Amino acid sequence: MTPTIDRSKYVTLGVIWLLLLTMPYWLPMVGGYMALGTRVVIMGLAAMSLNFLLGFTGVLSFGHAAFFGLGAYGTGLALKYFTHSTPLALVLGVLLGGIAGAVLGALIVRRRGVYFAMVTIAFGQVFYFIAFRWNSLTGGDDGLRGFERQPIDFGVWQADILHRPILFYYFVLLLFAIGTGAMGFLLRSPFGRTLLAIRENERRARFLGVPIEQHIWLSFSLSCFFVALAGGMYALLNNFADPTMLNYTQSGEIVIMIVLGGIRSFWGPLIGAAIFVVLQDYLSSLTTNWMSFLGTIFVLMVLFFPRGVLGLNWTEMFRSVLGRSRQTRPQEGGNLS
Amino acid sequence: MAQVDRRTVLKAGAALAGSALATPAILTYGRGESPVKLGMVDPLTGVYAAVALSEVAGAKVAVEDINKKGGILGREVELLVEDSANNVGTGVQKARKLIDRDRVNCVIGDVNSAIALAMAGVTSEKGVLHIVSGGHTDAVTGKDCHWNVFRVCNTTTMDVNGIADTVIEKLGKKWYFLTPDYAYGHSVQDAFIRKLKAAGGEYAGDLVPLGTADYSAHLIKAKAYNPDVLINVMGGGDQVNSLKQFVGFGLNHQMAVSGTLFELESLRAVPPEALIGWWTMEWWWDQPDNPHVKVFVDKMRKATGHTPSARNWFGYTSVWTFALVANHAKSLEGVKLAHALEGFKLPPEVALQPGTPYYRPGDHELMSTMFAGEAHPAKGNPDNMFTVHSLVPGEKAAGPVAETGCTIHWS
Amino acid sequence: MTDLILYNVSNGLIIGAFYVLMALGLSLILNLSGVINFAHGGFLALGGYFAYTLAPYIGFWGALLVSPLLVALLGLILERTMIHRLYGRDPLYSLLLTFGLAFIFEDVTRAVWGATGLPFTVPDFLTKPLSSQFFFVTGYRLFMIAVVAIAVGGLFLFLRFSRLGVRIRAGTFDLDTVSTLGVNVKMLRSFNFALGIFLAGLAGVLAGGQLSLEPTMGANLLMPSFVAIIVGGVGSLPGTLLGGLLIGVAAGLTAVFWPAASDAVIYVMMAVVLLLRPRGLLGEEGLLT
Repeated sequence: MTPTIDRSKYVTLGVIWLLLLTMPYWLPMVGGYMALGTRVVIMGLAAMSLNFLLGFTGVLSFGHAAFFGLGAYGTGLALKYFTHSTPLALVLGVLLGGIAGAVLGALIVRRRGVYFAMVTIAFGQVFYFIAFRWNSLTGGDDGLRGFERQPIDFGVWQADILHRPILFYYFVLLLFAIGTGAMGFLLRSPFGRTLLAIRENERRARFLGVPIEQHIWLSFSLSCFFVALAGGMYALLNNFADPTMLNYTQSGEIVIMIVLGGIRSFWGPLIGAAIFVVLQDYLSSLTTNWMSFLGTIFVLMVLFFPRGVLGLNWTEMFRSVLGRSRQTRPQEGGNLS
Repeated sequence: MAQVDRRTVLKAGAALAGSALATPAILTYGRGESPVKLGMVDPLTGVYAAVALSEVAGAKVAVEDINKKGGILGREVELLVEDSANNVGTGVQKARKLIDRDRVNCVIGDVNSAIALAMAGVTSEKGVLHIVSGGHTDAVTGKDCHWNVFRVCNTTTMDVNGIADTVIEKLGKKWYFLTPDYAYGHSVQDAFIRKLKAAGGEYAGDLVPLGTADYSAHLIKAKAYNPDVLINVMGGGDQVNSLKQFVGFGLNHQMAVSGTLFELESLRAVPPEALIGWWTMEWWWDQPDNPHVKVFVDKMRKATGHTPSARNWFGYTSVWTFALVANHAKSLEGVKLAHALEGFKLPPEVALQPGTPYYRPGDHELMSTMFAGEAHPAKGNPDNMFTVHSLVPGEKAAGPVAETGCTIHWS
Repeated sequence: MTDLILYNVSNGLIIGAFYVLMALGLSLILNLSGVINFAHGGFLALGGYFAYTLAPYIGFWGALLVSPLLVALLGLILERTMIHRLYGRDPLYSLLLTFGLAFIFEDVTRAVWGATGLPFTVPDFLTKPLSSQFFFVTGYRLFMIAVVAIAVGGLFLFLRFSRLGVRIRAGTFDLDTVSTLGVNVKMLRSFNFALGIFLAGLAGVLAGGQLSLEPTMGANLLMPSFVAIIVGGVGSLPGTLLGGLLIGVAAGLTAVFWPAASDAVIYVMMAVVLLLRPRGLLGEEGLLT
């Protein structure tokens, strides 16, 4: 790697964290509000978690909303019935979503491609139906209410994340940092390199003696743990969990965020989540036909910019605009299988 | 250093205050120009879209009315409509957006009770008046009631009590339930059973998954039980489908059918032969003795091209309630408005019904008249698909406040 | 009790017939083009709505034929303009494309025909019960089964005996070889896509007579159709047929004993099949896995 590339990487990293850390201060100026910013960060973590599996292992799960939702229900139920500690509730939520993911993963790890996608969709719907039908525990269609995120006690100082949205934002951002940090660390480790090898050429990796199924299972499970963390925080944001969080449309939205941002990029899904959440928020205030607009954006994205915002070759584009262009290569969809 | 800063600040403050005093005319003018904002959150997309859009249409007509009559506190009224997409997370987010960013003075919504309840958490925390236009679950003005939440539409219990006596009296005491298997369905069924037990009747029933396409399995069991009445609690599209199949199998020759609501939006969606049964209307457009209703019906027909439904009236009344109480209390402050609304009576041109509905102090539920009657194929006018047989006053249907489980905590 | 079970088995077959029409269309497209068509439910709804609009002019019978053809034509246009570009790419992209299309379909349907359910009236003689003993056997239900049987029988005969059909089946196994043999794969896939959509449109017209027309009506039938394909075995059309009927009967039977579980039981079946026979009941190992 040349130093210039490294430098641009650090610049990107610096810009992203600077924007995230100062969000509460500039967001209202551009017409946003705190809950929207918090939602962007949470959905960003969800999308990055799924991309750990999709973009860096090359396995398409279209049922991750189930684990997102389980994280939310786990956290909510824990706060409602067992504990007044927000962190403990989150841990329980993450365990619920993560363990469910690990068990399911073991069942389906030999499936590939379209088949894997269909099986994850269908199993995701099982959890959706459970949340929808188990009235006495989950509140069914009405959703799970009756819990509130609790202030976090640091002994000398109590962080009132319930009544001060800005503190809750930084709480979410801290967990986001831990989650993305852990994923970044894993991807740099030999384990992460092996995942990339599987993505690039599964057969070759298998011949090299890599236990493919084990790796895919581990990647699937880890991604479920992280997405459950995002789900838990989402429940805390709304003080609420409802069954549509587990529905396959929610899964689809998370996948769209990834593709919008850039499937091969670590930070792309965060950008995609920001675009999606803000766009949906904005369009749905503007018109009742927001579904058409959103759908059209999906279609155009897939057809013309399958590599997403971060996948575009910005330097090349600037060059070509400035008239110093070399022949730009046409964009091609990342063929992941 | 610090002192200098403080002094500068004080000076600046004094200057500002001075300029404010010096130019009162401009400031009042500026204030008169900024509109009073009302936020409405409803599921404009998804399965409740039809009824939600009716509520919004009613609300828009009300806003036009109010602006023609001088607005709220002399200011223009502006309605901001947000789509909750029938998703609780989205609904809550939209409520926050309306309050935090758009600074609305009142929030209206949602058709989906779960969203309405979740929104109530936000509005009460922020101290903004919240009018639930069309979410029926008891809890909104029952065990989950809030100081700032008022409701226009009925509770599910009220809807049951509005029709149950008529059913027992006219149709019989052997019932078979067709109940959607989720919280709303269960609470309706329980309320019906309480009434039936008091009257000494018998029943059986089926819990049906939401979105069931084929009801024959349940209808076969109903036929075997041979009840006087099939109590159909299904809602929306499920209600339409189950009634179509009920008639398709010829069961209408064997038993009567009844339930709580059969809204005008749903009546329009069934073929003529399935327009049967005994139901409660929460508001009905055909009130020949009431001149105000005729004005409203004409206004709505002009605006939407349709005869108004109860949902149109919900939206209309919700917006008018806010305008009336704000002008009455001369304030836009949530707490003041909520206090003023307790016991507040709606004038006849907004009530649009016999009697004088008012917001009951103990639970903030609007005590409005219910129209129990029978559905039938359209006679003359295409929207004349329902005949009112009895009027049930709200207080009678609602029962005492103590039974609602609501205790209001003022914050 | 025996009666009740018998009734419900027959009911299950009728529900299953719906799933079969829907799932066969999905399966055709999935097998030859590797596309999971999320917009299939949207096409189904359009089929019903077109029939609703056309019926006053060309009658119920005309609408029954013309509406699916129109929907198939729309499918063909979308395939030629968009979907074909994604063949051979990661299935992710076609999945997202059809997901976006499903959004647009639902919204456009709502904008054109309104959010309110619409009544779709079938001819009178079809809605009458045939006997008081077996009152649930209305003419319409028999008619539905007949139409589904004709459509499915026709499809299988077509695939078995016509040149085009044989090529579609061959393409499912090895498209490269079929292409090398001089078959115009592009045309083959387009035709196959339109055929699948035609079945969805037909299911839409039939569903319209049984249920009321709503913009979201197709979405509810989509998931069971997925399950039918997985249970029957991805890649096998007879498997899809079997899967659809099986889950219909299973749902019907569960409705007798434990109505609350009738929509969960199909997923339990799927889990069991995946555990004991991962390729599905009639699936071939190594195909699309």
